[in-house]
Amino acid sequence: MFSIGIDIGSTCTKTVVMNESGEMIEMLLQPTGWSSVDTAKQIRKSLESKGICIDDAKIVATGYGRISVPYADRQVTEITCHAKGAYYLNENKDMVVIDIGGQDTKIIKIESGQVKDFIMNDKCSAGTGRFVEIMANTMGLTIDELCELARTGSGVTISSMCTVFAESEVISLIGRGEDRKNIAYAVVSSIASKVASQCSHMDTKNAVVYLTGGLCECAFLKERIEQMIGHELVTNSKARFAGAIGAALIAASKGA
Amino acid sequence: MMANYREMWEALGMDLENHDNLCAVLPDAFGDVYLSQENRPESMDFWDMVVADIHGIRPAELIEAQKDGKKVFGTFCVFVPDEVVIAADGIVTGLCGGSQFWVPDGEKVLPKSTCPLIKASVGARLGKTCPFFRIADMYVGETTCDGKKKAWEILGQDVPMHIMDIPQMKREKDIARWKEEIADFAKVVEETTGNEITPEKLADAIKIINAKRRAMKRVYEARKADKLPISGKDVLLMTQIAFFDDPQRCAQMCNRLADELEDRIEKGVSVFPEGTKRILVSGTPMAIPNWKLHHIIETSGAAVVCEETCTGTRYFENEVPETGGSLDEQFAAIADRYMKINCACFTPNTDRTKDIIRLAKEYKVDGVIDVNLKFCCLYDTEGYSVEQALKEEGIPVLGIETDYTDADAEQLRTRIEAFVEMLG
Repeated sequence: MFSIGIDIGSTCTKTVVMNESGEMIEMLLQPTGWSSVDTAKQIRKSLESKGICIDDAKIVATGYGRISVPYADRQVTEITCHAKGAYYLNENKDMVVIDIGGQDTKIIKIESGQVKDFIMNDKCSAGTGRFVEIMANTMGLTIDELCELARTGSGVTISSMCTVFAESEVISLIGRGEDRKNIAYAVVSSIASKVASQCSHMDTKNAVVYLTGGLCECAFLKERIEQMIGHELVTNSKARFAGAIGAALIAASKGA
Repeated sequence: MMANYREMWEALGMDLENHDNLCAVLPDAFGDVYLSQENRPESMDFWDMVVADIHGIRPAELIEAQKDGKKVFGTFCVFVPDEVVIAADGIVTGLCGGSQFWVPDGEKVLPKSTCPLIKASVGARLGKTCPFFRIADMYVGETTCDGKKKAWEILGQDVPMHIMDIPQMKREKDIARWKEEIADFAKVVEETTGNEITPEKLADAIKIINAKRRAMKRVYEARKADKLPISGKDVLLMTQIAFFDDPQRCAQMCNRLADELEDRIEKGVSVFPEGTKRILVSGTPMAIPNWKLHHIIETSGAAVVCEETCTGTRYFENEVPETGGSLDEQFAAIADRYMKINCACFTPNTDRTKDIIRLAKEYKVDGVIDVNLKFCCLYDTEGYSVEQALKEEGIPVLGIETDYTDADAEQLRTRIEAFVEMLG
């Protein structure tokens, strides 16, 4: 019997299928779009086209769209799932997870595989994936392009924490003729500093700090956060699937 | 519902059209949050009835009493001593706004960065959409925070106000000064009511208010049981309405409820499935009809078993000794009792942290949710020390900041569900 984890995030939906021996045999990534319900239907179709019948599977849904998966056996919050997933990806070590999601950023402390404490940003989108996405759109770049361009820039800062105000700030920088690479540098530094400030409320001394979420492969963002928190970050190309992996693990262990 | 009271509201100078909007949403909100609960104690019928006619029954009683020459004092804080008003045959009614409905009217005169409790309270008066705010002959304010101090100046342009100066520390000289404030308040009450406060009448009033506190405490005691006989939401409603009701009827109804709860405990009746996580809510008050956090908690796999708030233990813990004596001696006894309330307006306020840890143990909680009404600088800042102390004790804690809107309901739900999952 398969164990399936479905993480419907605000931007991307991640699906992980595990077989009975706990191997990840499928990892799907798709944009969430405007309807979590439709997304859930599409996942069902994609899985069935791969010969995975969801009726025989144990399924846990997580993420902000977790209530929109009618065929899930259980819903578990993304905090618990990210913790389980990151713990699995980082070979079962105690750690602090930084998850930069589309609409929220979470700092999660894990001891012996269990969530010990967590911090989530308030309603505001500062320091989240949405912030980078909006700034990249404004600058006519993809997120990856923005992060790489940022590495070559310097000297500019964005002071507004609010995404809407920060966007106006970026537009005035463009209007002033500021070099794009310096604006990109300011954007990446802004999110890194917001994440670092959130992280300062959690004790990371002597801890492994693990980065998950859709930006985990943006090398320069990772470096900027490392500089600001004064601590090395560990990550993995699968880390954006951490929530879905955690959900699949919970499905497997609790029989959903 | 509430249809028979239109004439009364009109005579009170209320904005009937806007008030209709409020009356239109309350029954649905109450239905969703309260009547959807299963196996509620039968004695909750009293509070259900009060809420169904919240702007009718009790306001009508107050107006009848005013016709007999009685005076109604509107208060905003658990530090204002009810005993003094009762001793002069006066009536106390709480005046705290717990709905977003009143906030926009408050924001017309107050900065946006004022806590929703103050904005809603000022809005309820100036928007003329709450009968209690129209009925009160005098408002009694206090100096528990800067937002309130300045709000009284604005309200004072519209209604007679008396302000009690609450000390900021609890040294002996502060308590002595607080006793003087109570004596001064007694003079104002005597002048307003035209009735003299005698030592005998004050002794009787002390007994009445103590009896109310004891009855509320009995209901809280029942929540210490392993099998919870009542939801946190239902107890919150009882406490919220205690601020508005006649104290003797309040005691009678709370005792009736406590009887039923004690019987349920004996029979092992619970309103929650076994293994439901037990939560202590600490922090800022929840004025009626603010049921937001309790509702989210109790629909996320947990139960609220105690509130360390002004709409909770801070309201009824500690009694005034019923030793009688001169007015001066009784004022001193009242001052002592009220200075045992541990509000974040004091410095230092380490006794509040001790209270939270004590209550967490007494009510056998799995975790504490420390809640702060947005822009309440005092409780927000104290949250740091509270969380630190709880972590040292090994008690899991989640800090939440919120207001009266529903904008953050789903984010709160995710956090609270994750917290409950974390509790195992």
